[in-house]
Amino acid sequence: MAGITLDDITKRYDDGYEAVKNLNLEIGDGEFLILVGPSGCGKSTALRMVAGLEDITGGRLLIDGQVVNDRAPKDRDIAMVFQSYALYPHMTVAENMAFPLRLAKVPDAEVKQRVEQTAQILDLTQHLERKPANLSGGQRQRVAMGRAIVRSPKAFLMDEPLSNLDAKLRVQMRAEVSRIQSRLGTTTIYVTHDQTEAMTLGDRVAVMRAGVLQQVDTPKNLYERPDNLFVAGFIGSPSMNFFAARVDGDTLKLPFADVPLDDTHRRALSQSNGRGDLVVGIRPEHFEDAALVGEQASHGVVFEAPIDITESMGSEVYAYFNYEGAGVSHDELAELAADAGAADLPDTEGRAVARLDAETSVAQGEQARLWMDSSRIHLFHEDGRAIRVDGRGAAAVAPEAPGEAGEAEVPRT
Amino acid sequence: MAVDRKRWFGWAGAELIIVVAALFPVLWLLSLSLKTPATVNDGRLIPKTFSFDNYSSIFHQDIFTKALRNSIGIAAISTVIAVVLASMAAYAIARLEFPGKRLILSASLAIAMFPPVSIVGPLYDMWRTLGLYDTWPGLIIPYMTFTLPLAIFTLSAFFREIPWELEQAAQMDGATPAQAFRKVILPLAAPGVFTTAILVFIYAWNDFIFALSLTSTTRAQTVPPAIQSFTGVSQFTAPTGAIAAAAIIVTIPIVVMVLFFQRRIVAGLTAGAVKG
Repeated sequence: MAGITLDDITKRYDDGYEAVKNLNLEIGDGEFLILVGPSGCGKSTALRMVAGLEDITGGRLLIDGQVVNDRAPKDRDIAMVFQSYALYPHMTVAENMAFPLRLAKVPDAEVKQRVEQTAQILDLTQHLERKPANLSGGQRQRVAMGRAIVRSPKAFLMDEPLSNLDAKLRVQMRAEVSRIQSRLGTTTIYVTHDQTEAMTLGDRVAVMRAGVLQQVDTPKNLYERPDNLFVAGFIGSPSMNFFAARVDGDTLKLPFADVPLDDTHRRALSQSNGRGDLVVGIRPEHFEDAALVGEQASHGVVFEAPIDITESMGSEVYAYFNYEGAGVSHDELAELAADAGAADLPDTEGRAVARLDAETSVAQGEQARLWMDSSRIHLFHEDGRAIRVDGRGAAAVAPEAPGEAGEAEVPRT
Repeated sequence: MAVDRKRWFGWAGAELIIVVAALFPVLWLLSLSLKTPATVNDGRLIPKTFSFDNYSSIFHQDIFTKALRNSIGIAAISTVIAVVLASMAAYAIARLEFPGKRLILSASLAIAMFPPVSIVGPLYDMWRTLGLYDTWPGLIIPYMTFTLPLAIFTLSAFFREIPWELEQAAQMDGATPAQAFRKVILPLAAPGVFTTAILVFIYAWNDFIFALSLTSTTRAQTVPPAIQSFTGVSQFTAPTGAIAAAAIIVTIPIVVMVLFFQRRIVAGLTAGAVKG
């Protein structure tokens, strides 16, 4: 077990394309870190550089305090679980799991004992003599995990290990991965594009976009205090609603309502020179059916909106409502939409989603009275940076995401 | 149902025609080899009297037994060298990007397309000068020249089929590139290796033109030219029966080899490695 440090890691391909730009990450001993982002954001490349399967163009990679940039994968003592599992089809389950031990010239008796022990942890004991072709997807996945944990490496690297499983199995295996990791306490880097996996599994989550690290924090903090529009839109399902808004004195003019600004937001705005046009983000659960809001109604705003569609989930109801005025067009959000495949859908501009209590009487096609928790709104500059007051009361402007703008100012060669 | 039936008969009929067309000459040879010199020309498929004289006579001829030994040796050595070289070359071509990769591929293809007849003459002169005339290497070299391109093509197709991730997984598991190749890639490419081996072996085994032109004595002469130099018991008898018997004998190793390796040339060996 060991900590892993990525110090200014960069990956540039021969054609000049930079897949990972100046990535700095510190993964503590025994920590479970999730690398998350839309496809093509460089998360897998980053993982493969840690594994040693990709050369590192710039920066230093430390495992257990030692620079390992130039070491072959086999000399880094880390195990990897591949998205495709990459089981050896000509070997049985037992031979697959024994393979790393045999290569390490572990004595036969110990190999046998460790394979059996691992098989027990993963509930594979009765499948040891079978070939991978005869296993189900979930079993193959467990064998791949077994091959990684059998030799107690310094760290596990997992590259979207659950994405080939069907939805139900994925939820089970997610819990399994979490259980195994906490039981073994091995440092783990886990790559996924699924924000739900990221939120449920990790001690900390690192969000990447276009090769640039956007924010690293605990799942809770990412959710509640996103640094920029991209993180705000990426984390959470259904995703955050964004509205174009204007600050006018002490009120925030949203397309569907005027919201009086509370102290914290006012302070954040004044300290970060936030005025004029802004982007406001509101999570679906911070709306509610006005009829169901009790005492807390005081710190919110009630407005009327036509309900387009309702989706009942049993425990809650998603209500899509329309509002007048333009939506927010921002390339970070456009990228998220493209990644979700929503770019091909008819325009969703002018529509927002609210997550209401199952008791609601809001109905499709009717005008509804909705309440919005105005203390939970997120403010963003037009360039995507968050405007907020941090926990200690001081206003903090999130450090500018080194996206295109930052890139232009500080060209790296 | 009716359509299925029709289809089944259609296929069965077509297959029967192909099998008969391919096997009838072999059957005829077998029949000839079992006849006595007096009945060779009687035109019957099933001989009136069965005789194994032809077989015992060819095995008593030095020219045939030595040729058989040469054939087996030369074909086996050519196969081993060609498969080893080709698997390394094919692996590099399938996995690595290096300058001149296309050139190597097209050059080897061009060589394979050269008609052997056109180089036999120059080779004859060169081999005489170099002292390779009428030796085993003198045949092994041209056989490899003509089989390597095909072998490289077949094998690189097989290597390309093997997911690269398997090799990376092996590396992560602590294997050196050589170990990953030997313990993971080669076993998975086994069907390809055996297919290639059979093709090379058959080429070397069946070749007539090089063997005829580049050898002259029992030192290196292989079976095909040796059969051609069979003589009858007297100068007035045609050695038909002996030739037929020799032809049957040299067919056997090929049939055995294909049957033996057929079990290994099964597709889908990689099933289950990765999803899908």
